[in-house]
Amino acid sequence: MTSFIGNDERLPQGRLIILTYTSVVMILLLLVGFWKLQVVQSGHYAELAERNRIRSIPIIAPRGRMLDREGRVIVDNCPSFSILILRDDQKLLERSLPQVSEGLGIPIDELTKTLEESRAQPKFQPIVIKPEATDADIAFVESHRADLPVLELLMVHRRRYPQDGFMANAIGYVGEVTPEQLERSEGRYRPGDIVGKSGLEREYNETLQGTDGMRRMIVNSLGRPVKTLDNLEATPGKPIQLTVDYDLQAVAEGDMAGKRGAVVAIDPRTGDVLAILSHPAFDPNDFAVRIPPEEWAHLNTDPATPLLNRAIQAQLAPGSVFKIVTATAMLESKAIPETMNVFCPGYATFYGRMFKCWVYGKKSHGVVDFHKAIVQSCDIFFYTVGQRLGIDRLAYYANGLGLGHKTGIDLPGEESGLMPSEEWTQRVFHRRWYPGETISVAIGQGAVTATPLQLAQMIAAVASGGTFVQPHLLKNFPNPRVDHFPISDATVEKVTEGMYGVVNEGGTAAGVRLQNIEFCGKSGTAQVIGYNTRDRLGKQQQFKDNAWFVGYAPRRNPEIVVAVLVQGGGHGGEAAAPIARDIVKAYYDKKVSRGQEQTTALGARPEATPKPVAAALTPRVPAQQTGEGTPQR
Amino acid sequence: MRNRPHVSDLDWWLMAIVSAICALGVLEIYSSTRNSAMAGMQWRQLLWLGLGLILMLILSRIDYHTLLDQAPVIYLVGIGALVLVLGMGHSHFGAKRWVAIAGVPLQVSEFVKLIIIVVLARFFAEVRTDRLSLVDLAKAAALVGVPAVLILMQPDLGTAMTLAPVALVGAFLAGIHWKHIAAALVLCAALAPIGWHMRNHLKPYQQQRLETFLRPEESPQKAGYQVLQSEIAVGSGGFWGKGFGKGSQNQLGFVPVRYSDFILAALAEELGFAGVFVTLALYLALLLRLSENAQKAKDRAGMFLVMGVSSILGFHVLVNAAMVIGYMPVTGIPLPLMSYGGSATVFVFMALGLVMNVRMRRFVN
Repeated sequence: MTSFIGNDERLPQGRLIILTYTSVVMILLLLVGFWKLQVVQSGHYAELAERNRIRSIPIIAPRGRMLDREGRVIVDNCPSFSILILRDDQKLLERSLPQVSEGLGIPIDELTKTLEESRAQPKFQPIVIKPEATDADIAFVESHRADLPVLELLMVHRRRYPQDGFMANAIGYVGEVTPEQLERSEGRYRPGDIVGKSGLEREYNETLQGTDGMRRMIVNSLGRPVKTLDNLEATPGKPIQLTVDYDLQAVAEGDMAGKRGAVVAIDPRTGDVLAILSHPAFDPNDFAVRIPPEEWAHLNTDPATPLLNRAIQAQLAPGSVFKIVTATAMLESKAIPETMNVFCPGYATFYGRMFKCWVYGKKSHGVVDFHKAIVQSCDIFFYTVGQRLGIDRLAYYANGLGLGHKTGIDLPGEESGLMPSEEWTQRVFHRRWYPGETISVAIGQGAVTATPLQLAQMIAAVASGGTFVQPHLLKNFPNPRVDHFPISDATVEKVTEGMYGVVNEGGTAAGVRLQNIEFCGKSGTAQVIGYNTRDRLGKQQQFKDNAWFVGYAPRRNPEIVVAVLVQGGGHGGEAAAPIARDIVKAYYDKKVSRGQEQTTALGARPEATPKPVAAALTPRVPAQQTGEGTPQR
Repeated sequence: MRNRPHVSDLDWWLMAIVSAICALGVLEIYSSTRNSAMAGMQWRQLLWLGLGLILMLILSRIDYHTLLDQAPVIYLVGIGALVLVLGMGHSHFGAKRWVAIAGVPLQVSEFVKLIIIVVLARFFAEVRTDRLSLVDLAKAAALVGVPAVLILMQPDLGTAMTLAPVALVGAFLAGIHWKHIAAALVLCAALAPIGWHMRNHLKPYQQQRLETFLRPEESPQKAGYQVLQSEIAVGSGGFWGKGFGKGSQNQLGFVPVRYSDFILAALAEELGFAGVFVTLALYLALLLRLSENAQKAKDRAGMFLVMGVSSILGFHVLVNAAMVIGYMPVTGIPLPLMSYGGSATVFVFMALGLVMNVRMRRFVN
């Protein structure tokens, strides 16, 4: 035994006890620490653990399709992939950005900006950084699952619209829901939802938009899915069937190619809109993916206003088409004898000012009665009528015939046009109405404006004795509103005879006669600026007259009314009437061939069938017959 | 009185406590590795436990007085081994800690801990007064300082730190003046700001760990992530835990090195506060049992040996458990007897061998 060991050594028992207590205190402190985490804050950490473990990926519901009146597909979907970025792990996200940027070819500034913008949204909600992923992008995401767990693929259904802006303004487009829409929707929309932004897409968004589902997966720390927890299936949006006839629309689109203006064709008996277009249009397919800001700015500032749906939003002087209102007012008010004759030397003076007839300088109309006034569209006759009726009587009939009011079509953003009156001038301009202004209004110039749809409705009402059916694009539109503005049968007869004459008796649209069809109508050539101003500026394209034509058939109780506007087109009877004629002809061709089919089926010998106009046109959308044509509302 | 210690003199209570802790460790190693490429790790841990047990028994047979006699030789061997490691050790995770003995990589610093326990026990036992002079304190500091600096150079801050409690507890028991303790505390408080400024001289990974500890929210991704995931595992376990083998943080790999340094986080998630309570209670029982053995030691040297072991184990438990709940920085200090690891396990058993050794000879002349 060495010297330092002794049996009798005292141990420092007191200090040993202190150390013993120290270890007790130490363990107790640790237990307090664990208690705080595991009992006090356990809920918070449980949530964090769930967030770690569970990844929720939305299952996007396909939007409902749009079908024409015969069930042919106009708007469809096609599958595509979007690339999502998961943001629950901020650090990991920041670290991954350079690689993501390089792999997907998105500038890093743009990525940062996208992330910045979605900061307000909940962290567990992934955001789209690249819609329309290419095959290379998909391969990139798939091959970097381990080192870039922040990326995820999302199957989406991209909207597929017809090419070249076919019916684009009426169909509208979809886009990501805006913060304002989100707020107004009271929880129906979620951030990142694709909703209708304009046109039918917006009007019937609730029907078209399905309910997105959610796939919840358990992922490991590398972000690899370990198993699927549950799938909340998406409810697809319902299709809508439209009143539009694809064939008639195609004829209108073909005729209007390269022109500015609008066409709207309605069946006044039902209110069905058979064709509706506005040119120039935009390509809604550009909006189906995220639209680049420059292009959006261009669409908004383009002087050709491609985003304007002219059929319901262009408020323009109706020109001579308005004479039908003046004529109806003349007969219905009985303020003027219907036998009134006016001598037209090509001009006339009212209130000390000279007003020209459209034939001024070329010829004169001579003695003009009611019928001839409509057929030849004599301005002098209607100036006189206007002067004798006064603005308020004119306004009463114009309002009764739907001018100055929205038609109530099922499209957002319809404009009401304007029919001036004494009261209106007082209210808006705080001045008296000058009787001289009535002269211009009587021929559809001056303060009066109307949309193409309103003019179609107006002519339809006159030809059918004053019945308005609310125009609509949804085939199963519930209870279209029916308004009556009674017009006596005698008046209807006289006015429609005039409109028959316009086409069939060498009138202003004599070039558009149709064999075996009571094609009637009224042309209009509306000045964009006054004659004097135009003489000063010279004949520039943008100041050329707007060509109008509202045609219909048959003469009484029409089946189809077509309003055509060609902006800067010049003379209505020449620039606009042929388009209306083509559509009416296509309508009857279809009707005849349908009748032929029935006759053939009965075993009768078919007559030589005129080739339908539509058949000569190449359809721009595969006209598939689908089983999903169930109209929805 | 008998002259030779008998197997029945082994501390069977201590063995029972140790066995319970090891069993919890093996189970949790199984649970946290079963779904990974490391499945089956629990068998290797069992092998290490068996080896440790044998070494413990061997060490308990050699009279600790013989070991104390040879303390200077053992100390020099230890220093030599550390120098050797610095010269030719295996690099692993950027640190030279391992040397291969018979093909098995061994962490020399683990055995240096054992050597320091023995050396300090002899040193303090030789100070025969109840009052420790400043000169004695300086000598003790030097004895610990040399290997500590060598371990720091590996670099391994965590293991170097574990040498300190042996010296502190030893000095305390050897009769350090209360006024010296007070002076040391004042000195520490005064030096803390200087140390803060010295942090720039730490290795980058140490700086990062320190930063992570002080500001977990802003810390660099990796280290802050580890601590946060560990806290999530612990916190989400709740009172009763998610069930054995059912902790999502553990099973899906969110908890870092969950079979080793963070095994307590894995256990806390799956077995809840209840499991943690049992585990920490077992460790407390271990420490209390060691204290009892120290009190019953035949001489001061024996007491110093036992309390040296106790101080190191207690320090490990404190630092590891506090790290798991984010109260201390990540230092790479394993949880004794539970964390997977060969050298660490063998060290603990050899240290327990020393304790058995002292106990078995409490009645021997």
